[in-house]
Amino acid sequence: MLPESSLVLGLSFEVKTETGSTATAQQGHELLLFEALREGLEEEMERDPTVCVIGEDVGHYGGSYKVTKGMAEKFGDLRLLDTPIAENSFTGMAIGAAMTGLRPIVEGMNMGFLLLAFNQIANNCGMLHYTSGGQFTIPIVIRGPGGVGKQLGAEHSQRLESYFQSVPGLQMVACSTPYNAKGLMKAAIRSENPVILFEHVLLYNLKERIPDEEYVLCLEEAELVRPGQDITILTYSRMRHHVLQAVKTLVSKGYDPEVIDIRSLKPFDLFAIGNSVKKTHKVLIVEECMRTGGIGASLRAAIMENFFDELDAPIGCLSSQDVPTPYAGPLEDLTVVQPPQIVFAVEQLCKH
Amino acid sequence: MAISMALSSISSSVSSSTSVGNPRRRALHLKTQRPRTVFLGSKVECGIRGVQHTDLSRNATFHSAKATLSELLRENTTSTSDLLLMHDEGLELYEDMILARSFEDMCAQMYYRGKMFGFVHLYNGQEAVSTGFIKSLRKDDFVCSTYRDHVHALSKGVPARQVMSELFGKATGCCRGQGGSMHMFSKEHQVLGGFAFIGEGIPVATGAAFATKYRREVLKDDKADAVTVAFFGDGTCNNGQFFECLNMAALWKLPIIFVVENNLWAIGMSHYRATSIPEIWTKGPAFGMPGVHVDGMDVLKVREVANEAIARARRGDGPTLVECETYRFRGHSLADPDELRKPDEKAHYAARDPIMSLKTYLIENNLASEGDLKAIEKKIDEIVEDSVEFAEASPLPERSQLLENVFADPKGFGIGPDGRYRCEEPGFTAGTAQV
Repeated sequence: MLPESSLVLGLSFEVKTETGSTATAQQGHELLLFEALREGLEEEMERDPTVCVIGEDVGHYGGSYKVTKGMAEKFGDLRLLDTPIAENSFTGMAIGAAMTGLRPIVEGMNMGFLLLAFNQIANNCGMLHYTSGGQFTIPIVIRGPGGVGKQLGAEHSQRLESYFQSVPGLQMVACSTPYNAKGLMKAAIRSENPVILFEHVLLYNLKERIPDEEYVLCLEEAELVRPGQDITILTYSRMRHHVLQAVKTLVSKGYDPEVIDIRSLKPFDLFAIGNSVKKTHKVLIVEECMRTGGIGASLRAAIMENFFDELDAPIGCLSSQDVPTPYAGPLEDLTVVQPPQIVFAVEQLCKH
Repeated sequence: MAISMALSSISSSVSSSTSVGNPRRRALHLKTQRPRTVFLGSKVECGIRGVQHTDLSRNATFHSAKATLSELLRENTTSTSDLLLMHDEGLELYEDMILARSFEDMCAQMYYRGKMFGFVHLYNGQEAVSTGFIKSLRKDDFVCSTYRDHVHALSKGVPARQVMSELFGKATGCCRGQGGSMHMFSKEHQVLGGFAFIGEGIPVATGAAFATKYRREVLKDDKADAVTVAFFGDGTCNNGQFFECLNMAALWKLPIIFVVENNLWAIGMSHYRATSIPEIWTKGPAFGMPGVHVDGMDVLKVREVANEAIARARRGDGPTLVECETYRFRGHSLADPDELRKPDEKAHYAARDPIMSLKTYLIENNLASEGDLKAIEKKIDEIVEDSVEFAEASPLPERSQLLENVFADPKGFGIGPDGRYRCEEPGFTAGTAQV
């Protein structure tokens, strides 16, 4: 059974980003994250006729999370291509189309399904620009919902960022708010590089006010969510919101954490991260992917390599348990990092 | 039982196809002894008989893919001119096959002399397939291949110098030395690779065909009719990507031709030990496209089928699956001891050498003289020698080339600790690619 956005309980509260969205209460328009993705997608498809979407149920069904709802009627069946269930082959087809002049966006109905396309993503998507000596570009975007949802079971709760991060030639970004979802979608489509855009199943119903004017975010930059002095918390995707919940508790306890949503999972924005580390001298990474070989592991290594002298404490890293996500609610909650754990970790690190 | 039928039908096609000479006799043999094939776009109906395990005439999907044979194949009215083989065309085909053979032989020499490395897969014996198809393509048509791709690149027009340099790993190679034997790419000549994993190129080819359809129907470009030809082997036909792409190509009527170079062996695995239904061409109608079996040791037959399939794709009638019965005279790669194939099988196919067959045909039909052919062989020798000299003299890639093509937009390497994009640091492309 495939989940629909209506069945999955999203976090439907207002997103307050200190520096993210520049829309004030008077200007801009409010929308949900999946609508922001759709807006970005539509704007880019109107702007460039070679942009097309390829995936299962993206056309007539409007996408299993409604990201492409209504678009097939507007752009036609070839630009919103409903594919048979053959991830490896339609991803390869998108790569071939990209090599010959189109700009396809591959939607994995659930990110986990893209494991079937690993051959094409690792061997072709990341490599062909290099092995062809720079002759062919692959301006493809691969996107889809991933992450741990609400009792979706192990196979629908996967985090692929750790698997793909070693593939050379790929860029990876993760969106976490309607503002950065739209901006990153547009940036990814315009990029000449293959980009994987990680969305999260539970974030599609986040509401935020975003600017009316067109904006495109930078794929390689991180986002300063909350400036602070005591500790740098690096996070992305859904964990950003868990961190912000923890921050409320921490502030009431007198701490002043700096929160950075790294957004770019590959490559890391070492400038933003470095500036923060130089200010606070303590780092906590809060992520949703598994501990082993995850984004946190790479980030710790990068920080240690570049900013060792700035650190007053070992780099803390809170990741999900190395466990296939269980179905039972309490167990599932235990596999993911929860706000109380974040509070505790910050308290421990700040003792240094 | 099914397998013995297949074998007997193959052996009957073998005996008919050794006679390349008299067109009338050839047509007659085709009518009585070859397994009948399903071929759309032609004019004479022909059913599939004698293949008892799959009575396709009763198959519902087959009815929608009802075939007709072209007049060329039909009757006794064929003459030399009907085969559309003029003097120039004959020489062009001959030259292309001689180039393929000489080039591959030179590769073997160079490999054993330590000039090229890794896995090198040679195409000796299969030249008729590459020449037969690619010489009927336009420059803007696409070719997608496997690791046995040197000859596909050469036939498509990539200069021998660039291919040899690539094999030597020099910076003047078609992929700047970054691809190697198994990854021949050329944007100028629309060669989409060169893939090491089998089956990997078929979806890419399907994508190129999809792009043609997209250009035509979404971008409203009436002139968009480029055809894509995907080459792959018998082993690939048991792979999921093959079937998934047959489905999608037929579903969306993509302008693509799936060419199976069935040389009966996937390294040491015999096609008959790996495949439940060895007749690969029968799998086309199962997906709603014509499946054709052709003698891949005869360049004229391959060309005939190729022209039909290309015309079919170009006018928008959709894909074709063509199974070419062919053989590689060497091992799977230069590292393969080739101990499993029986000597009499090798001898049988050596007697059907496509270059000798074409030579005999051209001379017997007064389409060329011995002198013409010798001149071509000499010309090719010079081209191949020149390519080796060029490759030897070319420089190896500089260290600065290491990171140059990892990203089309090198901003993808990210922002460094000092706030600049890492790619802006001088000497970055020679360094290590740290995140």
